[in-house]
Amino acid sequence: MIIRILGEGQLRVDDEAVDELNHLDVALEAAVEKHDEAAFEAALHALLTRARELGTELAADAIEPSDLILPREGATIAEVRELLADGGLVSG
Amino acid sequence: MGVMKRVSTIFRAKANKALDKMEDPRETLDYSYTTQLELLQKVRRGVADVATSRKRLELQLNQVQQQSDKLDRQARDALAAGREDLAREALTRKAASQAQITDLQTQYASLQGEEEKLTAASQRLQAKVDAFRVKKETIKATYTAAEAQTRINEVFTGISEEMSDVGLAIQRAEDKTEQMKARAGAIDELMASGALTDMVSGPSDDIQAELDRLGAGHSVDAELAQMKAELAGGAAPKELAGSSGAADAAPGQSAEQPAAEDAR
Repeated sequence: MIIRILGEGQLRVDDEAVDELNHLDVALEAAVEKHDEAAFEAALHALLTRARELGTELAADAIEPSDLILPREGATIAEVRELLADGGLVSG
Repeated sequence: MGVMKRVSTIFRAKANKALDKMEDPRETLDYSYTTQLELLQKVRRGVADVATSRKRLELQLNQVQQQSDKLDRQARDALAAGREDLAREALTRKAASQAQITDLQTQYASLQGEEEKLTAASQRLQAKVDAFRVKKETIKATYTAAEAQTRINEVFTGISEEMSDVGLAIQRAEDKTEQMKARAGAIDELMASGALTDMVSGPSDDIQAELDRLGAGHSVDAELAQMKAELAGGAAPKELAGSSGAADAAPGQSAEQPAAEDAR
């Protein structure tokens, strides 16, 4: 599977490894819904750290859509909500 | 559906919407390439803007640092001259400029991080745009419009995602640069209006004037003591005068150290 970390680039991650990331994503989503900024920060950091560990960087000239997209490191709940509401994306 | 999947779905939907607008899929490729080149220009301008803001902060940081060093020297000189009140005043002002320095350093680090990220984003986009140009020509030459559709979808969705990512990075950098410009402008204004200047360099001239006056007074006292000692024919006061001269030199030397560190 291909994963993008916003602001960092894309990673290729084994399908088995994705389960673990999905698990961490559940915590992230719960924090967004509860509006728990501290829990969100911790969950996002854990998710990004594990994704970087499990993934291998995609070649710079590869043009492939990602299966999963992660918010940037240091993002806020408000930012993620905006992303989910399709906020300000540049259309190609 | 988790956050990761939802975000990717939204990115794809955005790309699909743009794709649907095109009659001939191959036309999409050329149109997208033009947009990519525009975005590349924009991200390069973004990098330059952030760098300009960073340099301006650096300049301000140096100015405040110099003033802080000067106040430190003055405090030492004042203390050596036995004027604790004057030393206290200089150190109070130094503390205020130190707080300013800490704040500016934080801003500086944050802007530097933004610059690095944007530079990396610009390089990634450049690599993808170059690859896209090659792919675009291959697809146009090899496939009929119908056949090209599937391949175009894939490539278009991929590049569109990259462009959205870079677009977000530029937006963030722009916001940050604007905040920083406002801040730097506010500090410049404060300096110009005299608020900071009064706090730092203005009154430090007062401190300097008083120190100079003290210094002159001190040498007159020393000379008087010397003359008295000579008239009395005693050797002890000479030694005293010599040791107080050494004590005067010591704070002067240590006051030069921060300035030397700054020069590095």
